[in-house]
Amino acid sequence: MSVQQISLSGRKIEVSNKEMTFLERIYLWTILKGLWTTLKHLFRRKVTIKYPEETRTMSPVYRGQHMLMRDDEGRERCTACGLCALSCPAEAITMKAAERKPEEKHLYREEKYAEIYEINMLRCIFCGLCEEACPKEAIYLTKSKKIVQANYEREDFIYGKDKLVMPLEMAIKNTQSNKVN
Amino acid sequence: MKVTIDGQSVEVEPGTTILQAARMIGGDLVPPAMCYYSKLKGSGGKCRCCLVEVSKGSEADPRPMPKLMASCVTGCMDGMEVNSKNSERVTEARKSVTEFLLINHPLDCPVCDQAGECSLQDLSFEHGKSETRFIEEKRTFEPENIGDKIQLHMNRCILCQRCTTLADQLTDKRVHGVLNRGDHAQISTCVSAAIDNEFSGNMIDVCPVGALTDKTFRFKSRVWFNKPFNAHRDCDKCCGKTTVWMFGNEIQRVTGRKDQYGEVEEFICNTCRFDKKEVSDWTIEGPRKFEKDSVINQNNYVRPLEKVVIETEKNILLGRDIDRKKISMTGVPLKNTDN
Repeated sequence: MSVQQISLSGRKIEVSNKEMTFLERIYLWTILKGLWTTLKHLFRRKVTIKYPEETRTMSPVYRGQHMLMRDDEGRERCTACGLCALSCPAEAITMKAAERKPEEKHLYREEKYAEIYEINMLRCIFCGLCEEACPKEAIYLTKSKKIVQANYEREDFIYGKDKLVMPLEMAIKNTQSNKVN
Repeated sequence: MKVTIDGQSVEVEPGTTILQAARMIGGDLVPPAMCYYSKLKGSGGKCRCCLVEVSKGSEADPRPMPKLMASCVTGCMDGMEVNSKNSERVTEARKSVTEFLLINHPLDCPVCDQAGECSLQDLSFEHGKSETRFIEEKRTFEPENIGDKIQLHMNRCILCQRCTTLADQLTDKRVHGVLNRGDHAQISTCVSAAIDNEFSGNMIDVCPVGALTDKTFRFKSRVWFNKPFNAHRDCDKCCGKTTVWMFGNEIQRVTGRKDQYGEVEEFICNTCRFDKKEVSDWTIEGPRKFEKDSVINQNNYVRPLEKVVIETEKNILLGRDIDRKKISMTGVPLKNTDN
């Protein structure tokens, strides 16, 4: 056996060059068969939706942008323990801890807080492991449908505490609704 | 003298304790120790973590010891048979001891600087439960300042008394001791407000929990984000052999070199520990190795990434001339002469 004829994969098939019959040669039957398929699909359920007007329901496990939570008294929960950064498979989280001063007791819950907390949104894969690792229930991936916005600079995708910490008004609203319940 | 621990025998000198014999064998059967420290004379016998079951007292008196023994203070006898990991009773007892130690220990590992290299964390991971049955209020103390280099968190203390033993043995005058009794017992400075001995910094290293921590490292970084290196310098007070914990090119912390049981190989002085934080002060020998499953090995994302250029890559793409001849392609037909 010569080298050219060996089939290393074992799936080599000899193709025949059979001549077509008259019916096959005019292609009419094949065209009709194809049109029938098209026609059938006209009466089927549509698979697309009209996007801006209609939206699909989100999956219950959908994970959107991160948020650093505040507690009932509006203090930041994060203590910069570093477990989120440790668990992050994409190494997107960095932080720097600082010690709370006595006059900042109303701002931070624990004696230590995150002075800098940054998530690189270009690296983040939204897996939610940071949320799972957090011992203080401080970081959550929200249901927010807002996606990371397009930008020109890479630095703009590194979200700091200004973008991540829960707005104070939201914390106040949450506390009020919790009290009612 | 021959001692058998969990079915494994070892020859030991007279006067060796069971714990030391177990450490000679090594592996899983070594009892955990929170208060015993081989470099400190008279330590041990306080935490009861290292309890073992002696199923045969000795060759001369083969009766088993009725109670579980603290292995760090029980001497070996010839022909002694000990059950450590194998014994159900021991596992149960260690579980209870762990629960007792955790009763007053605050749950502030996210804040604590010791987290990641804490013996109590290791102990509770192996022997503890994930829940607490303690519903009463935990014992708390007023924060106390014992100097500008060492931070004391009395709430975290488990009263192993390693630090007082160290202060007794390394320093000339005792400035540090245990006050009060029972539930009110606390480590404190007895005489002066600050510990100003040259070797007092070693209390940080001997402390198994985060009760005594480095104030110069306070909240700077988590242990596992630092990259530990063995380093040494010429020091006229101590051996100068240390581990430096670096973040990028910055030395954030200097400690003694701890072995697998969390004990320092040699004590270091305060100058090395607190004042020498420049890279130029140290001769760096190489990375410090830790046990495989230690969290310190994790996520070392500060290591510099250098692009590696492989010269052979070009050749691989092209292939060697002799190899190219053997490939059967229609573009390169085989010549009859090659075969």
